Amino acid sequence: MKKNWWKIICVIFLLYTVVAGFLIDVPHLPILHETIRNQFFHVCMWFAMMILFTVSILYSILHLSSGKQEFDLIASEATNTGIFFGTLGLITGSIWARFTWGTWWTNDVKLNGAAITMLTYFAYTVLRNAITDDQKRGKVAAVYNIFAYVMMFVFILIYPRLSDSLHPGNGGNPGFSKYDLDNTMRMVFYPAVIGWSLLGIWIMTLRIRIQKLKTQSEL
Amino acid sequence: MLKEISALIQKELLIEWRQRYALGGILLYVVATVFICYLSFRNVIEVNTWNALFWIIILFASINSSAKSFLQESKGRMLYYYTLASPQAFVLSKIIYNAVLMLFLSLICFGFYSLFMGDVVENIPLFMLIIALGAAGISSLLSMMSAIAAKAHNNFTIMAILSFPIIMPILMVIIRLSQNAIDGTDLYYNLKYFGVLCALDVIVIALAYLLFPYLWKD
Repeated sequence: MKKNWWKIICVIFLLYTVVAGFLIDVPHLPILHETIRNQFFHVCMWFAMMILFTVSILYSILHLSSGKQEFDLIASEATNTGIFFGTLGLITGSIWARFTWGTWWTNDVKLNGAAITMLTYFAYTVLRNAITDDQKRGKVAAVYNIFAYVMMFVFILIYPRLSDSLHPGNGGNPGFSKYDLDNTMRMVFYPAVIGWSLLGIWIMTLRIRIQKLKTQSEL
Repeated sequence: MLKEISALIQKELLIEWRQRYALGGILLYVVATVFICYLSFRNVIEVNTWNALFWIIILFASINSSAKSFLQESKGRMLYYYTLASPQAFVLSKIIYNAVLMLFLSLICFGFYSLFMGDVVENIPLFMLIIALGAAGISSLLSMMSAIAAKAHNNFTIMAILSFPIIMPILMVIIRLSQNAIDGTDLYYNLKYFGVLCALDVIVIALAYLLFPYLWKD
């Protein structure tokens, strides 16, 4: 029980997010209207993904410096879970775009950045599957992971600031800061971010345990 | 260190000279691609298309030329280098050699491309600077990807899969910048993009320098 307190927090926060997210009174902004509720889901997916990819790169660095196989396992499963959340982020974003901009996908720096990130991490999983030797796989995948993370960071965080974007926060669309000023939104948004991120970590730990059991049963 | 690098670069040049067909093959690849574009497009009037097509040709040519930098090294020869040189010197020599090769290729490509597809670039010195910086960034990233792909059973498909998404940030900045060069804007207005491009080059080279020693040992 002592170890599991964060799982309880995760469940409570997510229940709260789902119930309150659909029921609270949201500010009525142009273009967005009721779709603003998607912020409790779409934005949180990217938060969870970034956290998982950060966990992944940290364990990749640890793996390179210590050579422990366990760290590689954690890095790999963090990436897999991150890809899962990234895919959910793309789907929720696409639905949101359909009802605000009228299209499933537009040529926008932030959207393209997200798509390229997903492609990079898919390449990471392909690379892992291409190498059969465990020791070698860990090292090579870790090196690629560090490259991927750094390039992704540059692309998602720096490049959009250089050009105009449809996405909230740029070019005249109502952005983050505007919602944040609204206290009722904030009451749900922060727990939602924490809840979804904890869920990501939880799924990751479960996947790691399954992988460990698999390797044990093979031995 | 510098001595080691220059010796390694000399070795690369010597190998290239002995296998002239490889260099000739890449050159022919570039020229033939440009000619295919010429035959299918005739003349590109829209500068956006001109720009995108040019960089796509460069991208494919550079992936082809950089792939061989590690993929063609035999296992025995790698072991031999391992006893002779430090990993940092080795990777830097590969990067420098590839950058020079790519610069050479891009300039030739630019010449032929302008000849066939129409000369649209207004600010040529700026465009040259973009080609130089772009060649440095793209070739150092591709050298590293080639080193990674060499570990995955020398697989060329893996090389392409790994390179395309990861090269996008550099490529997008380059395409944006060269668009401005084609429109004829001054260096002064493009400084922030140049800042990003230089930062990307430095980051990639620094990462290659730091991470290559881990790939080096089997």
